[in-house]
Amino acid sequence: MADSKTNTEAYLRMYRQMVRIRTFEDNANQLYLSAKMPGLTHMYSGEEAVAVGICEALTDNDRITSTHRGHGHCVAKGAEFQQMFCELLGKEEGYCRGKGGSMHIADQSHGNLGANAIVGGSMGIATGAALRAKMQGADDVTVCFFGDGATAQGLLYEVMNMAALWKLPVIYACENNGYSEYTKTDEIAAGKITARAEAFGIEAFEVDGQDVLAVNDLATKLVARARKGEGPFFVELKTYRYHGHHVGDINREYYRSKEEEQDWKANRDPIIRFRSWLVEQGVASEDEIEAMNAEVKADAAAAVDYAIAAKYPEAHEVDMHVFTDIEHVLA
Amino acid sequence: MREITLSKAVNEALAEEMRRDETVFIIGEDVAEAGTPFKVLSGLVEEFGTQRVIDTPIAEPGFMGLAVGAAMTGARPVVDLMFGDFLFLIMDQLCNQAAKIHYMSGGKLNVPLVVRTNLGATRRSAAQHSQSLHALVAHIPGLKVALPSSAYEAKGLLKTAIRDNNPVVIFEDKLMYNDKAPVPEEEYLIPFGEAAVLRDGTDITLIGTSSMVQVCQKAAEILAAEGISAEVIDPRTIVPLDEAALLKSARKTSRVIVVDEGHQSFGITGEIAGRINEKAFYHLDAPVLRMGAMDVPVPFSPALEDITVPTPEAVAANARKLMSGEMIDAA
Repeated sequence: MADSKTNTEAYLRMYRQMVRIRTFEDNANQLYLSAKMPGLTHMYSGEEAVAVGICEALTDNDRITSTHRGHGHCVAKGAEFQQMFCELLGKEEGYCRGKGGSMHIADQSHGNLGANAIVGGSMGIATGAALRAKMQGADDVTVCFFGDGATAQGLLYEVMNMAALWKLPVIYACENNGYSEYTKTDEIAAGKITARAEAFGIEAFEVDGQDVLAVNDLATKLVARARKGEGPFFVELKTYRYHGHHVGDINREYYRSKEEEQDWKANRDPIIRFRSWLVEQGVASEDEIEAMNAEVKADAAAAVDYAIAAKYPEAHEVDMHVFTDIEHVLA
Repeated sequence: MREITLSKAVNEALAEEMRRDETVFIIGEDVAEAGTPFKVLSGLVEEFGTQRVIDTPIAEPGFMGLAVGAAMTGARPVVDLMFGDFLFLIMDQLCNQAAKIHYMSGGKLNVPLVVRTNLGATRRSAAQHSQSLHALVAHIPGLKVALPSSAYEAKGLLKTAIRDNNPVVIFEDKLMYNDKAPVPEEEYLIPFGEAAVLRDGTDITLIGTSSMVQVCQKAAEILAAEGISAEVIDPRTIVPLDEAALLKSARKTSRVIVVDEGHQSFGITGEIAGRINEKAFYHLDAPVLRMGAMDVPVPFSPALEDITVPTPEAVAANARKLMSGEMIDAA
């Protein structure tokens, strides 16, 4: 069985990845607020321990599928700031040459099969990637990230049924942030979410999604078991999104109180919690952590500047990549 | 040359491609021991086993989603969609996912999959098992659409579809499964985007797709007996469409009827007629005529069903009107 992250280097890497996600999102939010970013985006801030805890248990050969709230998964799976900001701004050097944008970032080099703008839309893709692994005798594992809102989609139950029947190496990671867009999850989800997976005979777990070590420990065990053919698994990660449904969802007191938001930020922040733990355990000093934060902040600022200055794709790219074998489909 | 049924031709194409490439697999409902309700796949599970001829639960969106994920990660699924009518069930996975992934990823991810399904009325199967829905799929950029019109076409086009690195939907005419045609023993492929001129003529062009190719051939024989020389063309694939071949014939004969079994409104016939109108207008001696299926749900009663699809007699009657300069009442 693979070890969970238990050494200094691994701890600091997990901390750094969480800070990178938060910093990326702070910059993305600023790009939106200052009208430098086309369209909207959905912030992952507050949920960092989920993506990092799970992706640190994976290799580049393992696959993930992501969601509209996908920047965190993308960073955690190994993506670079520069190509990510370029994609958010629709620039040629973006991961998808500016054709996907925030909601469709894919980073094949690190096994990220892509964010998906259809809620629940990637559950089949993740399960199919796992089917391919089993058919071809490969030992990679696929993690399907989705939110509590997506548990209302029928596709989940169709593919979990097949994954359970065929013992596929897939882990369904339900990020329960308490809100299905602008509606409390309690109002859209009957019964217990994990019970739905258990109905198919899938082992299901609940974990504190604000505790990166707990998430990583569970993920490491499940990934190792899935590699051995003991999957699929289902994990419900209790977490919280700090922003609204998207960056433009500012006035949201009609569905969520400021007091509730403040309570999560002050008392359950995954980065603050892990930082305190690192200092207490003597893994890093406050100064070292501050230096790391500053370094990440500078990296992000440089990447944002680069992306703003980067060029847009040429107009002739518009009819490229419709098909693999027809260079310009409208020529 | 030997003659085999369309059903046997499809079976041979699958077996040959599965022997050639071990990443090719079949997935769908009752594809293994049952060999589908049409018995098209009989014998394949015996040769390739249940790992490559995969029976699924009755969950079309689910297994279509699995196929997309498998295709994105290195397999070549051939999805068996039992009836063309079930396309409505898989629309998100086919049109929002498979069709767009290559484009949204800026050309980095490929989705080499085939959906084998069918079309065609007059089988007394009523409104939910008789539709010809290829226009719906052809409307979505990123999907190729093949319409074989005989056993020979079915084999050559399916083999090409399986080797294509893009999602392809291939529609077989379910009334034609037992029709025999000459098919060579030796291997052959039929390239996409190359129309076949099946009969040379000088007075009028009959463009027919799939089930309507035979209708056009019979109409041409009726017209020949009356001294009218009809050219018959089968586009074979509508995406990509061999526009040049269709325009060349239209310019030669100056009169065109387009015949297709999809509903006439907003369909294939209108699209082809529109292109000929735009690009060959000054060569035409008569309006380009559309003949599709009636814009009604397919009725059960034979007395009603048979009048909903174009017949050789109806095509010949319209050809006579075009030849004589008579006005045609709009359908």
